[in-house]
Amino acid sequence: MTRAKRRRLIYNLITFGLVIGAFLLLQNMIAAKSISRSLRGQLVPICAWIVMAVSLNLVIGFSGELSLGHAGFMSVGAYTGAVVSGWLMNVCALEDATLRLVISIVAGGLIAGLAGVLIGIPVLRLRGDYLAIVTLAFGEIIRNLVNVLYIGTTDTGLHFAFLNRQMPEGVTMLVDGAKGAVKIKPIATFTAGFVLILVTLIVVLNLVNSRAGRAIQATRDNRIAAESMGVSVTKYKMMAFVTAAVLAGMAGALYGLNSSTVVPTQFTFNQSINVLVFVVLGGLGNVLGSIISATFLTVLPEVLREFADYRMLVYAVVLILVMIFTNNPTIRALADRLFGPVKALFRSRKNVAGGEMQ
Amino acid sequence: MTQRIRHRSDTRMVPVPSHSIVPERDVDQIPVLETRHLGIDFGGLKAVDDFNLTIGRTEIAGLIGPNGAGKTTVFNMLTKVYEPTTGAVLINGQDMKGLNIVQASRLGIARTFQNIRLFDKMTVEENVRIGLHNQIRYDMLTGILRLPRYWKQEKKQHERAMELLDIFHMQDLADEEAGSLPYGAQRRLEIVRALATDPKLLLLDEPAAGMNPRETEELMETIARIRDRFQIAILLIEHDMSLVMGVCEGICVLNFGRIIAKGTADEIQANPAVIEAYLGKRKEADA
Amino acid sequence: MIFLDNLINGLSLGSIYAIIALGYSMVYGIAKMLNFAHGDVIMVGAYVAFCGLQYWGLPPVVAILLAMVVCTVLGITIEGLAYRPLRQATSLAVLITAIGMSYLLQNLALMIWGANPKSFPLSGTSMRLGGLNVSSATLITIAANIVIMLALTAFTAKTKMGKAMRCVSEDRGAAELMGINVNRTISVTFAIGSALAAIAGVLLCTSYPILQPTTGSMPGIKAFTAAVFGGIGSIPGAMLGGVLLGVIEIFGKAYISTELGDAIVFAVLIVVLLVKPTGLLGKPMREKV
Repeated sequence: MTRAKRRRLIYNLITFGLVIGAFLLLQNMIAAKSISRSLRGQLVPICAWIVMAVSLNLVIGFSGELSLGHAGFMSVGAYTGAVVSGWLMNVCALEDATLRLVISIVAGGLIAGLAGVLIGIPVLRLRGDYLAIVTLAFGEIIRNLVNVLYIGTTDTGLHFAFLNRQMPEGVTMLVDGAKGAVKIKPIATFTAGFVLILVTLIVVLNLVNSRAGRAIQATRDNRIAAESMGVSVTKYKMMAFVTAAVLAGMAGALYGLNSSTVVPTQFTFNQSINVLVFVVLGGLGNVLGSIISATFLTVLPEVLREFADYRMLVYAVVLILVMIFTNNPTIRALADRLFGPVKALFRSRKNVAGGEMQ
Repeated sequence: MTQRIRHRSDTRMVPVPSHSIVPERDVDQIPVLETRHLGIDFGGLKAVDDFNLTIGRTEIAGLIGPNGAGKTTVFNMLTKVYEPTTGAVLINGQDMKGLNIVQASRLGIARTFQNIRLFDKMTVEENVRIGLHNQIRYDMLTGILRLPRYWKQEKKQHERAMELLDIFHMQDLADEEAGSLPYGAQRRLEIVRALATDPKLLLLDEPAAGMNPRETEELMETIARIRDRFQIAILLIEHDMSLVMGVCEGICVLNFGRIIAKGTADEIQANPAVIEAYLGKRKEADA
Repeated sequence: MIFLDNLINGLSLGSIYAIIALGYSMVYGIAKMLNFAHGDVIMVGAYVAFCGLQYWGLPPVVAILLAMVVCTVLGITIEGLAYRPLRQATSLAVLITAIGMSYLLQNLALMIWGANPKSFPLSGTSMRLGGLNVSSATLITIAANIVIMLALTAFTAKTKMGKAMRCVSEDRGAAELMGINVNRTISVTFAIGSALAAIAGVLLCTSYPILQPTTGSMPGIKAFTAAVFGGIGSIPGAMLGGVLLGVIEIFGKAYISTELGDAIVFAVLIVVLLVKPTGLLGKPMREKV
């Protein structure tokens, strides 16, 4: 086994081990009732944010494109999940909550993936800053559209309306314009969140260490060289983008089905930036880092009220400092000399802008 | 002049119908590259104009000329980074019109870059594996689900990558990050990566830049060895005249975007137009 | 009449976008970076002018000048502290830093001025022009836009610094070799862009008198859209793009849907980038290989 391979295997083992260990520990704590109510309420959202962060890392860290509309895919998933779950319950009379949850999450992923394809086709022809701003634009467009979307069920099935609320008599509203997705039955469970994280890890970690994943990273490191080697840049950027969209959609469905309402203002540009902060702080291209920082930064405001007040301020400073510290040649050289030996122990091979924080 | 590395010392350059010359041994085959009146405008400025060149199947050819003569622009047109404004490029007799960079690569044209373009954050082996991207394949789902085909193809890729790295004795560096290699090793890795795409024509853009005389000499031998082993054509841009004169069978001289001379090393060195273009560089050419 | 009203409103909003877009466009053309925080500099400018008018009783012209000075200093500081260390970094890293800077400004403003919206003390007086009700603010905005564009065009064409800017935007390396101080040129660019942002902030709040820490972000993003629309790096392009986008937005809101106003603006951006990525008046750029 080569050195690189061994390092990768250890990294993956730690990642999976940590996630599984944390799950088992928390399950025990829940059974023993030794976990606070507020933290217990955070478990499913934490799972959703982890999936969001890891999937965004696939786009930013591995394919090297800045997507600023990731919350848009999450909202597509959340709405789809709410609608599908409501439809299964009201129209199909499917009683089994677990089955409903699974179908809803898969549907959320599929629809978000479809949105990813539709958005990716025009967006991925662009480069760098333009791509970032257009993904931002798409995120806002999605938010605008769901704001004027009306979906309800009657005995006969689903009813859609757009811009103005024209619904038949006796309708049960599932999505009610600016009020968002309403009367959701919260069926999401921590176990489902855990399974979703595992699926995400398998997809992302296996992908990046395969032919397609290497192609994705090659397009990040040098677009022209990748093309000259016969790697179709658009295809692989698309692959990363759509995979991330599917995962974000599933995270969205999970997140949406954890509460009774979902409103469009939950998925603004700010939310995309939150996830970006998870990714940057955890390290671009560092999956384990994303998991840790997503967890840490979701729990911290709950535990530390003072932090909650200054959260966005701290996030802003984190973005700036991490980028300067990992990209300025002078500072990097200095840091390498200081932390070199420590860093070598924890180093993940893959990082682009080099965003690693230990 | 340093000794010439001609593994085929009998090389004789003979004219072909398109008024270029190729080695006699390649003359009965379709040339690997043929350009016809190739030209490109950059906003009214003719960077390259009326560029005609034919390269035989196993020829090592050189493209030389002063800085800014348009040599790299020719490479960019051949690899479809730039779309030529006029003329045609034929690879193995097939017109490249309308193809993009990726399709050009699949036709069997590979290159290195003047300003090295490795995949810096990936390992040396992974860089070569990107070169093997279209040689040893499996799809995304096979990779994610780790199906048996994944393991089989990965093993194949690894073995092939190591085999190729052996050309420059670089197997020990396989796990290093490409961006952290010394300059000369990066240049060699670029050649290995290009070879991995299984090209018919290999374009080398200043392969000896930044190398010391000993390294250059080694490189010269390796270039000849690559041609013999893979039976491919090589076109190289180089300022180091000892390398060009030592290894190239046919040489083409470019100045201000136009070809001013074509011929063998001896012919080029005796050509008054070339001497004029290189005025003051004569000494270096003889070094 | 309603049509004409809308048109004038569109021209006014578009003129504000145009002034903001000029700042984006100059910085993008010269420093080759998307200064995401530009929209928030507008907000800071508006707050400073607000304080000058409301608390310190300054006359409007002095308040605006003060805002311009503060924003200029702010712009140069941001560039020097956050962007200059990243001159050699990837555009990804620079953009993430700029986003961080945007959030930093917003949150600092939140701490200083609070989250409650402030109502801006300047507003135009309504005048009758022909059969139309026109606000003086509208006329001033449109006039300011034209003056600024002419002044900037003259500046880049005639002055030494203007020429240096054009050189740096063409080829930074070559400009440096020619003895142009690239860092200083970029600083000056940020200074000009930020001073314009202060003017835009005051004009924006005069027409839409609600001031809060997020006031600048949406107009900022839309102005970037306008800059891309007109052709990034081009001064007349920024003006044309800004005005067109303002008109499109107002008409979209009036005739299609109020809720979808933003979506329409962004749809324009996407269509433009797909059909003509260099914008209406932009020059094509070739990647060096």
